[in-house]
Amino acid sequence: MTATYVVTAPLMILAALGILVVRRAVHAALLLAVVMINLAFVYASLDAPFLFAVQIVVYTGAVLMLFLFVLMLVGVDVSDSVVETIKGHRIGSLFAGLLLGVLLVVMVGQLSLGTMKGLASVNAQGNLQALAQQLFSRYVVAFEATSALLITAAVGAMVLAHRERAEPRPGQAELARRRVRAYGETGRHLGPLPPPGTLARHNAVGTPALLPDGSPAKESVPSTLQSTHELEGKQ
Amino acid sequence: MSTVTPYLVLSAVLFAIGCTGVLIRRNAIVVFMCVELMLNAGNLALVAFSRLHGNLDGQITAFFVMVVAAAEVVIGLAIIMTIFRTRRSASVDEANALRW
Repeated sequence: MTATYVVTAPLMILAALGILVVRRAVHAALLLAVVMINLAFVYASLDAPFLFAVQIVVYTGAVLMLFLFVLMLVGVDVSDSVVETIKGHRIGSLFAGLLLGVLLVVMVGQLSLGTMKGLASVNAQGNLQALAQQLFSRYVVAFEATSALLITAAVGAMVLAHRERAEPRPGQAELARRRVRAYGETGRHLGPLPPPGTLARHNAVGTPALLPDGSPAKESVPSTLQSTHELEGKQ
Repeated sequence: MSTVTPYLVLSAVLFAIGCTGVLIRRNAIVVFMCVELMLNAGNLALVAFSRLHGNLDGQITAFFVMVVAAAEVVIGLAIIMTIFRTRRSASVDEANALRW
């Protein structure tokens, strides 16, 4: 057991447990970043400097950024609901997870695997060179297969993200016609909406403008912010 | 002195936490993060075994796992985005019908 392990293992387990309990998905993503960076340090202590770099670049750099990107896009529904749809679901899952953990730990404890041989002789020429030699000789077919996989994944993501426009884009004339029709039917105000923060205590974009009677004008806040529950209780 | 067992225990604990997360959490994105946590736990065991046996096969396998995980994240998040677009929700409870 090395010093790296003693420092990083409790941090990792705490952060991983945090993922189970935090309500907001953004916090879960940040805790996952803590786990992954600590894991990178463990890789470094296990004679895997290349995987240390790849872990930081690919996982915390690319994968987690992608997660955060999607969280920004989804945005609205970020926090979990606390209502249980299946009765006893949470207790049952906790029990199952605990059972699995105990089972795995006991199984690992039963094994006698001896001491580590270490990678000093293999890494004598440098870890990266040794890995590259293996990767481009023994594992070259698998390497080529991953290239096909990555291309397929990229094309698949593009196909999934693509959306055909069902109707033509409304022009300025069409938008004006709609606005006047809304005014005629529901009496919606024709002119521009007040910008957020007008006459309010501060002018942040999430602060609704105040109407002459002092009530907040919900319309003045951008629609993406309206759907989050941040606005309640703010003036 | 330096045994592989502590690393395997850590890996097992992380894997169990990830598995519990998949069962407990209902936000599809968080469920997906827990899947990533399980993949990472597997990688840790691979790297530890690589050091135990004194050859690099484990590290190369961990590298391939990372590549596959990256591809998986791209497709998985694209699917979550598609579900979100049609249902306006990222909860796994909402996607209970194989239509729309």
